[in-house]
Amino acid sequence: MSFWEFANPKRFMQLSSRLLPWVAGLSLACLVVGLIWGFFFTPEDYRQGSTVKIIYLHVPAALMAINAWLMMLVASLVWIIRRHHVSALAARAAAPVGLTFTVIALITGAIWGQPMWGTWWAWDPRLTSFLILALFYMGYIAMWEAVENGDTAADLTSVLCLVGSVFAILSRYAVLFWNQGLHQGASLSLDKEENVADVFYLPLLVCIAGFVLMFLALVLLRTRTEIRARRLKALLNRERMA
Amino acid sequence: MLSVRGVCVARGGVPVLEGVDLDLEAGQALVLRGPNGIGKTTLLRTLAGLQPPVEGQIEMAPDLVAYTGHSDGVKATLTVVENLEFWARVFGQGDIAPALAAFDLEGLVERQAQNLSAGQRRRLGLARLMVTGRPIWMLDEPTVSLDAASVKMFAASVQAHCAAGGAAIMATHIDLGLDGLVLDLSPYRAIGRMSAGGFEEAFE
Amino acid sequence: MIALLRRDLVLAVRAGGGFGLGLAFFLVLSVLVPFGVGPEADVLARIAPGILWIGALLSCLLSLDRIFALDFEDGSLDLLATAPVPLEGVSVVKALAHWLTTGLPLTLLAPGLGVLLNLPPAGFGWLVISLAVGTPALSLIGAFGAALTVGLKRGGLLLSLLVLPLYVPTLIFGAQVATQGAAGLDVGTPLVLLAGISAGTLALMPFAAAAALRINLR
Repeated sequence: MSFWEFANPKRFMQLSSRLLPWVAGLSLACLVVGLIWGFFFTPEDYRQGSTVKIIYLHVPAALMAINAWLMMLVASLVWIIRRHHVSALAARAAAPVGLTFTVIALITGAIWGQPMWGTWWAWDPRLTSFLILALFYMGYIAMWEAVENGDTAADLTSVLCLVGSVFAILSRYAVLFWNQGLHQGASLSLDKEENVADVFYLPLLVCIAGFVLMFLALVLLRTRTEIRARRLKALLNRERMA
Repeated sequence: MLSVRGVCVARGGVPVLEGVDLDLEAGQALVLRGPNGIGKTTLLRTLAGLQPPVEGQIEMAPDLVAYTGHSDGVKATLTVVENLEFWARVFGQGDIAPALAAFDLEGLVERQAQNLSAGQRRRLGLARLMVTGRPIWMLDEPTVSLDAASVKMFAASVQAHCAAGGAAIMATHIDLGLDGLVLDLSPYRAIGRMSAGGFEEAFE
Repeated sequence: MIALLRRDLVLAVRAGGGFGLGLAFFLVLSVLVPFGVGPEADVLARIAPGILWIGALLSCLLSLDRIFALDFEDGSLDLLATAPVPLEGVSVVKALAHWLTTGLPLTLLAPGLGVLLNLPPAGFGWLVISLAVGTPALSLIGAFGAALTVGLKRGGLLLSLLVLPLYVPTLIFGAQVATQGAAGLDVGTPLVLLAGISAGTLALMPFAAAAALRINLR
C-alpha cells in the first residue's frame, strides 16, 4: 500500500476509522502508565523536590508544540506540490492542537518556574520563542477562519506556513541574540540533557510516546471532521445548483 | 487568435460552466449572452488569465489581452489624463490622444476622476483599452451607466478596433448594433458537477 | 514599473492618500509614552530607542492594508495582473512606494522625537541608521501580509495578527542597534544581521507576495 492512498479522501476515511481507536487507546494507555509511573514511582529530585515531576507534562507538550508545526509545514508542502486536499485539511486540523500544546508547555513552564526561579515568567530565550510560536499558530488559524473558499484558504495558509517557518527560525536566533546581553543564561536554562537521570528518563519516554499518539489521534479525528464538513458543503452546493 | 476547447470554469470552487468551445479570429467581435449568474464574468476572467480553468484548453499567444471588469480601475484623485497616461506607460504605449478623442474626453482632461459622472468615468475606463495597444479586448458589461450617445461611441470604437485587425469578446445585455457573433452560454451550464480539483470525485 | 511607483507616490501625497497620518501617529505615540512611564530623564533615556522603534513599527503597520486593498477594490489590480509587468515587480514597487511614504519619513522624524524622549546624544546617529536599514524590511514583510489579506473583509485586523509576529526579528535587531548605539557599545553584529534581514526580505518576500496575490485574484 502506498502512503499516497491516504490522499484519497474516501480511502483516508476508511483507513483512519480503523486506525483511530487503536491510536487513541494506545495513547491513553501510554499516558496513564507514564504519568502514574512518573508522578508516584520516581524519587524526588534532590534539588527540585517534587516540582520536578511536572516534566512529564511539560517536556512532551513542548516537544509536540514544535513537531506539530513541522507536520503542518510538511502537509502544506504536500498540498502545494501534489494538491491533495486531505493534506491541506490535515494541516488545518493540526494547528489548534499545536497551539494547545504550546499553551500547555507555557503554563506548565510557568507553574514549574514559580517555585524554581521565584517568578512565573522570565524573558528566557526558550520561553520567548514559545510565546512567539503561539503567535504564529494564532495567525495561521485566523487565516484559515478568514477565507471562505476552501482551496483559496488552503493555498494562502500554505504560503503563510512556509514564510512563517522561515521567520520562526529567524525569530528563534534573534531571541537568543537579544537575550544574551540582558539576562543571565545558564541558571535559567531549560536544557534537560544535563540534569535528567535514568529514573526520570524512562517514564518520560513513555509520556512522550503518549503525547505523540495523542497528537496523531487528535489530528486524525479533526481531519475526519474537516473532510466531512467539506463534503457537506459540497453536497449543499450541488443541491443548490440542481 | 483565441481558441477555447472544452473549458470548465469554477466560481468559488463550484463549476458554473463546462464544455465551453469558442473561437475568435482577428476582426471579430463576440458577444456572450446568458442569464445573471451563469458565469460570464468567470469565463472572461479565466480567458484573461486571471484564474486557471478547471479543465480544457485555452490557446492564445501571451500578452494579447486587455481586460476590463465591473470596476474601472480609475483612481479618484488622479486627473483623466494622468489615469490614461499611467496605463499607457504600464503597457509601453505613447499616445493617448486617439483614446481621448474616441470617447469624447478631451474637454475633461484636467478634471480629477472623482469629479466625473458615472458615465464619464466608465468612458475613461473604456478609453483605457485603447491605450493598452493590445489586440484582444475582453469586456465585462462595458455599457453599464453609459447613455445612448456613449453606447454608440463605444460601438464605433469596437468596430474601428476590429477593422484594424483587433478582436473583442464581451458580456453585455445591450444590442450594440454590431454585426458580431453571439454566443449563448445557457447550454454550457454545469449541472451536478462537484467542486473543482477532484476532491469530491474521490468519493464517488 | 517607474510609472507605477510614480502613480503610487502621487496617490499617497494627494488628498485622502493618508500620507502624514502615520507620521502624526508616531508623534502622538512618542508624546504619550512619558505620560505612561513618568518624566524621569534617565528612565526615558534608557527606553527611548526601543520606544521609537516600536512606534515606527506600529506607524508602518497603520498604512499596510492600503498597499494592495485600494487597487483591489477599484479593479486596478486585475488590470495590473494582465499588464506586461510581473506581479513580483508590482510587489517590489508597491513596497518601495510604501517605504518612501512611511519608512523614510519616519526615519527622518525619529531624531526629533528622540529629543522629546531624552535620547542620549550618542544614540541619534545609530537610531537613524537602524531605522534606515530596518524599515525597508518592515515594508516588504508588510506587502506580503497585505497580499495575503487583500480580498478579505476586515482584512486589516487579520493583517496585524499575521504581520506582527513576522516583525519580531527585525524589531529585535533594529532596537538592539539603536539601544547599544545609545549606550556607546559596539553595534556591528546586530547592524549586519539587520541588513541581512532587509536584504533577505527583498530577495524573497516579493515572490511570496506575488504568489499570494495570484491566489487572491482567482
